[in-house]
Amino acid sequence: MTPLNIVKGSTRHSAYNLRPTFSDVQERHTIAVLVENEPGVLARVIGLFSGRGYNIESLTVAEVDHTGHLSRITIVTTGTPQVIEQIKAQLGRIVTVHDVHDLTVEGPSVERELAIIKVVGEGDKRVEALRLADIFRANVVDSTLNSFIFEITGAPDKIDAFADLMRPLGLVEVARTGVAALLRGD
Amino acid sequence: MTREMTGAKMVVQALKDQGVDTVFGYPGGAVLPIYDEIFLQNDIRHILVRHEQGAIHAAEGYARSTGKPGVALVTSGPGATNAVTGLTDALLDSIPLVVLTGQVPTFMIGSDAFQEADTVGITRPCTKHNWLVKDTDSLAETMHEAFHVATSGRPGPVLIDIPKDVQFANGEYTSPKPSTSHYQPVVKGDLEVITELVAAMETAKKPVFYTGGGVINSGPAASQLLRELVDGTGFPITSTLMGLGAYPASGENWLGMLGMHGLYEANLAMHDCDLMINIGARFDDRITGRIDAFSPNSKKAHIDIDPSSINKVIRVDIPIVGDVAHVLEDILKVWKARGRKTDAAAIKQWQAQIGEWRKINCLAFTNSEKSIKPQYALQRLEELTKKHDRYITTEVGQHQMWAAQYLGFEDPNRWMTSGGLGTMGYGFPASIGVQMAHPDALVINVAGEASWLMNMQEMGTAIQYRLPVKQFILNNERLGMVRQWQELLHGERYSHSWSEALPDFVKLAEAFGAKGILCNDPADLDDAIMEMINYDGPVIFDCLVEKHENCFPMIPSGKAHNEMLLGEAETQGVIQAGGAVLV
Repeated sequence: MTPLNIVKGSTRHSAYNLRPTFSDVQERHTIAVLVENEPGVLARVIGLFSGRGYNIESLTVAEVDHTGHLSRITIVTTGTPQVIEQIKAQLGRIVTVHDVHDLTVEGPSVERELAIIKVVGEGDKRVEALRLADIFRANVVDSTLNSFIFEITGAPDKIDAFADLMRPLGLVEVARTGVAALLRGD
Repeated sequence: MTREMTGAKMVVQALKDQGVDTVFGYPGGAVLPIYDEIFLQNDIRHILVRHEQGAIHAAEGYARSTGKPGVALVTSGPGATNAVTGLTDALLDSIPLVVLTGQVPTFMIGSDAFQEADTVGITRPCTKHNWLVKDTDSLAETMHEAFHVATSGRPGPVLIDIPKDVQFANGEYTSPKPSTSHYQPVVKGDLEVITELVAAMETAKKPVFYTGGGVINSGPAASQLLRELVDGTGFPITSTLMGLGAYPASGENWLGMLGMHGLYEANLAMHDCDLMINIGARFDDRITGRIDAFSPNSKKAHIDIDPSSINKVIRVDIPIVGDVAHVLEDILKVWKARGRKTDAAAIKQWQAQIGEWRKINCLAFTNSEKSIKPQYALQRLEELTKKHDRYITTEVGQHQMWAAQYLGFEDPNRWMTSGGLGTMGYGFPASIGVQMAHPDALVINVAGEASWLMNMQEMGTAIQYRLPVKQFILNNERLGMVRQWQELLHGERYSHSWSEALPDFVKLAEAFGAKGILCNDPADLDDAIMEMINYDGPVIFDCLVEKHENCFPMIPSGKAHNEMLLGEAETQGVIQAGGAVLV
């Protein structure tokens, strides 16, 4: 027998080629999910993504309505348009999910992320790090004689750019919150 | 109205208030308080199974044959993990179940206590929803909500995990009231899209209805409306494995089952149609075959209560989200209001074309006078039982496909089979659940010997409750479907697809206190089947059949609907390596 030829469109999760070729373009979408804040709800959402082989690029979650016990989960994911539609439909049928919004489609939206970044260095590098932080409107939230921790808020691209600049200047650690996003206007 | 009572009493009270009459279960340490309450009342019958998997499948059989949710009660730890297969089975086939599990006391959760398992964690992906109840005051409300979730929208299994201290503690019981939760799935379809579908139906030249388990889940009204629509329009209709019985097998527009082992005329009608109307089916891979060659020239409409089913596998042109009965009612209204139009001449021509395909007689087989052909056994079973008030369950494999091909179903809820998950061991416990719900009916489990052995311990249950379930075992001493695939795809290397140590089924039946019948001669078959039907009690019917019979027609993996194999002569080298990766 000839070797198995796994068809295009198969993933490492499944041998089936169930993805009709509507479009192969990978899109990045930010999805906001309003859920009842009950135990295990985050596991339900994450389990859906891992179980069905979807990507999670970033995920944030916190209770946003303390009286109604509603949490907002913001997920940044990538996939073909058909996969994105499936993700939304699958999220929508979780019993404790109240609302699913695709901010990328319903947009324009504002996306913000917070990062804290530790940079260790001395001399010129230290001065340069401070100068760049100023340009990026990053704040110094901790300092020792040979280190800074910067706090920066903005779109993920801006944080990427800042982190890239800090790397040669002694970046040692980054912590990021993931994206929080809201639709613009009323 | 609220009343104070223990959590255990609440469980039983809530079951009564939800109209439950039968619970399938198995006791253990973490559910003893609930069993105590069951002992103290007479309204709810508890059926003691012999393995928790059996409890879930029995509840599935009960649910599928009545349209009511099935209920099972098992203990913590191994009780709950044994339930997992049944829960997954019910999830894939959209069977409404409410499963109650005991849990270690709340103060011991997380300590690796005796018989502790993270039940809600384990069952999260195999239930529609689940709950861990941590205080007795919320138990009643959770129970009522569980029934609401299990039966609303696309039905499915739900699970409530109840720690033992919650069962002992007192709390306020609240009676059921209309659900106020946000979970209220839409049942009415969009009228504009429905009108679009009707317009497409009016001009279609080669239409076909493709129906599924959703019609049966929607209730008897859905089947009634479907029959009205099919016979009104004269469009041909085929169905998935799960949807058999929604339209009668004797109906004039019936094409038979479609899919991998579906009928030639059904699959070719699907391939060549110009309008496909999917009602409550989900374009499963057993149905579609090769996706990019699936019904290439048709406009496709899809009616489904689950929005995630739409465009999941096949892009459709006319999506309608809603309950089948509601949508069919609206389709009929609109179609009638617009003057009951169809392109009658074209439909006549289309039916004539289908008639040509039908002449192939794809279910023909070479009979034998020496050995019993499994197809023949089912033909005789059909002939001798079809006039009875009959319910059929099956295990999984060749016998299941033959049963779907050779038995005719005139009504919904008469056919219980594991479709999505393909669970060997499903049929026997399911037959017990069906017989509990329909004590006077003839309940037959069409089985293969390998599947049947997977849950044979339930003979104890059948005997204990005097359930006259008939176990019709097509015994080929092989894992027939596995063997068939090994023959076609793996160079006839029959790796572990037979058993060298099968029991003597007649003695096995007698050991349990049931009747055993052995038949290996086609000439004796009718008498043996009559003996089985007429015996008032459980029967194990060991029907020794031809060992190397293959199940045809067959669409090989990775092939399109119009590339079916009709018989042995066509099987040489047809399945390429690319298809072998699929199951």
